[in-house]
Amino acid sequence: MDNIAGSKSSLTWAVHISVAALVLLWVFPTLGLLVSSFRTADQIYSSGWWASLFTQESQNPAIRLEGDEVQDGLFYVIEGDLFPTTDATISAWGTSSRDPEAFAPGDVAELKDGWTVTVDVAGDFRLTSPTSMEGERLPRVFTTAETPPEFTLDNYDEMLFSPSTSQNMAKAFFNTLTVTIPATIIPILIAAFAAYALAWMDFPGRALLVAFVVALLVVPLQLALIPLLKLHLSLGIGKGYLGVWLAHTGFGMPLAIYLLRNYMVGLPRDIIENARVDGATEFQIFTKIILPLSFPALASFAIFQFLWTWNDLLVGLVFLIDSTGDTTIMTRQIIELLGTRGGNWEILATAAFVSIAVPLGVFFAMQKYLVRGLLAGSVK
Amino acid sequence: MHPALQGLMTIVVGVGACVSYFYASNLFIDKVLFPPRGPNAGRNINRANLIRPWLFLFPAMFVLSVYLAYPVFETLRLSLTDRAQDGAFVGLDNYRQLVSEAKFWEAIRNNLLWLIVVPAMSTIFGLIVAQLTDRIKWGNIAKSIIFMPMAISFVGASVIWKLVYDARPPEAEQIGVLNAVYMYVTGNDPQQWLTIPLWNNFFLMAVLIWIQTGFAMVILSAALRGIPEETIEAAIIDGAGPFQIFFKIKIPQMMGTIMVVWTTITITVLKVFDIVYAMTNGQWETQVLANYMYDKLFRASDWGVGSAAAMVIMLLVTPILVWNVVNARREMR
Repeated sequence: MDNIAGSKSSLTWAVHISVAALVLLWVFPTLGLLVSSFRTADQIYSSGWWASLFTQESQNPAIRLEGDEVQDGLFYVIEGDLFPTTDATISAWGTSSRDPEAFAPGDVAELKDGWTVTVDVAGDFRLTSPTSMEGERLPRVFTTAETPPEFTLDNYDEMLFSPSTSQNMAKAFFNTLTVTIPATIIPILIAAFAAYALAWMDFPGRALLVAFVVALLVVPLQLALIPLLKLHLSLGIGKGYLGVWLAHTGFGMPLAIYLLRNYMVGLPRDIIENARVDGATEFQIFTKIILPLSFPALASFAIFQFLWTWNDLLVGLVFLIDSTGDTTIMTRQIIELLGTRGGNWEILATAAFVSIAVPLGVFFAMQKYLVRGLLAGSVK
Repeated sequence: MHPALQGLMTIVVGVGACVSYFYASNLFIDKVLFPPRGPNAGRNINRANLIRPWLFLFPAMFVLSVYLAYPVFETLRLSLTDRAQDGAFVGLDNYRQLVSEAKFWEAIRNNLLWLIVVPAMSTIFGLIVAQLTDRIKWGNIAKSIIFMPMAISFVGASVIWKLVYDARPPEAEQIGVLNAVYMYVTGNDPQQWLTIPLWNNFFLMAVLIWIQTGFAMVILSAALRGIPEETIEAAIIDGAGPFQIFFKIKIPQMMGTIMVVWTTITITVLKVFDIVYAMTNGQWETQVLANYMYDKLFRASDWGVGSAAAMVIMLLVTPILVWNVVNARREMR
């Protein structure tokens, strides 16, 4: 439509800019958490994450010089490193709180009694005095450091591999996987057969059953919690994975049948009838013709179900009861971290990203099918 | 046993059981019960065809009935009983208690706010993005990025937005974007956004809008593509400007789709639990029905009132349920 008479180029710019603004707005929160997950706790609290992408100048707290004095010719000298643990780059320094940026690195500052002090770029200082400094109060040095963007994988290492603190997260990751995979595959299989029957087999009450499925599409999950929990407990499957698998299977079923039936109805009638005439059984038609042809629909439902079970909190909270923490899933683990370590952003951010990584990967790899599924499910 | 191994076994056993159920039952019909040959071949084929749909349907219908249909009635029954009295029938007492609680009305008020704001904003944003990205080259990339939050869990999204809303003492460096911008623009002290009654609801809603806009956008942009170009060309020839085309030609033609998007998001809003649970847990007057119900069920251990709250949610969904079914039946014909 770009070349239609009347489309205005002045508007095109406005469009580009607004889209860019929206995209930035949408990606900004996630980016914030992602960047934070690669910073150390100190960095997270000393500056906003958006600042961490650039070299920043920050005022360090005053450091009182210390060290052992050495006699060097006429002078007594103390040498040392202001930042023994980090490698900061100093852009300015001073010896008084009133003028903390008085000197450039390498300048020599004259103090009282003939003392001189100098600080170089790397933070190494040299203090000299004509008399012994033994027992004297050494001067304080104020520094302004330039820190380049600095990122670390330590948080992830800690979250996933450190045995002490966060084996929970690695375990929760596996627990989530354990919940998700069976809860994705089994409903597809069951729903595919039902969808085929509803789409291509003639039997009384078919329309009614379709209406039944459509009605259940909107039944809120909340209604199912108590009755099913009681049922599960009375059956003895109320505390383990089995209950969650069944629950996810049940809750995903209406959408699965609905999506797959909508898709299968659209398959060409000829193929199925030809196969019937050729003597194929319904089972053969289903496995040899319908299933392969329905691959796009199966894939899109599989993605939905996977994302939904992976991201679920409520079902895991209610149906996967445990006091030991052995079967805690990731979303629940994060909720617990939010409660107990609500201020520890390096932990929260990393935990959140560990749990987000897999669905995001699936999302970007299978986006085509996801969109197709949405369109099949919502617009007819 | 290692959970991964257990999971793997379940996949094998579960999938195996499903496959063998379908395979064996069909084999049984075709080979043993009603073999399609011999003197009664015709009659047998007909009978097999009578039974087979139900074989295919049985597992799905069973699961649906147990996991979704039965709970509706059971919850209704539970909402009329009292757990403290050992499940005795108490009529509408639970509902009476429900309406006497201030927290319930707070939840209703907030839910109404959510129901108005979230579907509206998501649809409007979705529409804007769909329209804007329709004609630009990098539109697909932009759409992917705006669609991306769909893949993030509500819990993950809550953590993401909690960092946005984070507040630190005025003298410290702010690490929450919102406060950093707010302080820069107004010069005021940083705000604890999630603790300001009424407004904090909107900060929670922002999370869901952020997630749902992508969904609205995908569906609406498909609808936008479906509008026949002739009508637009005709409008252009008649001298319509881009805004007139959008509001007078495109929007009316997409009305059906907009309604579908709106209702789908409405259903999501009614069920929304995770965001409130993770971010405020209903404190500072942010309670919503779903979270209120969870509170009643699992903190207060009050099945009766919890079930009554669940029935209120069901009541709110019912019009959509009826509308869906009517639509589906119309399509079947």
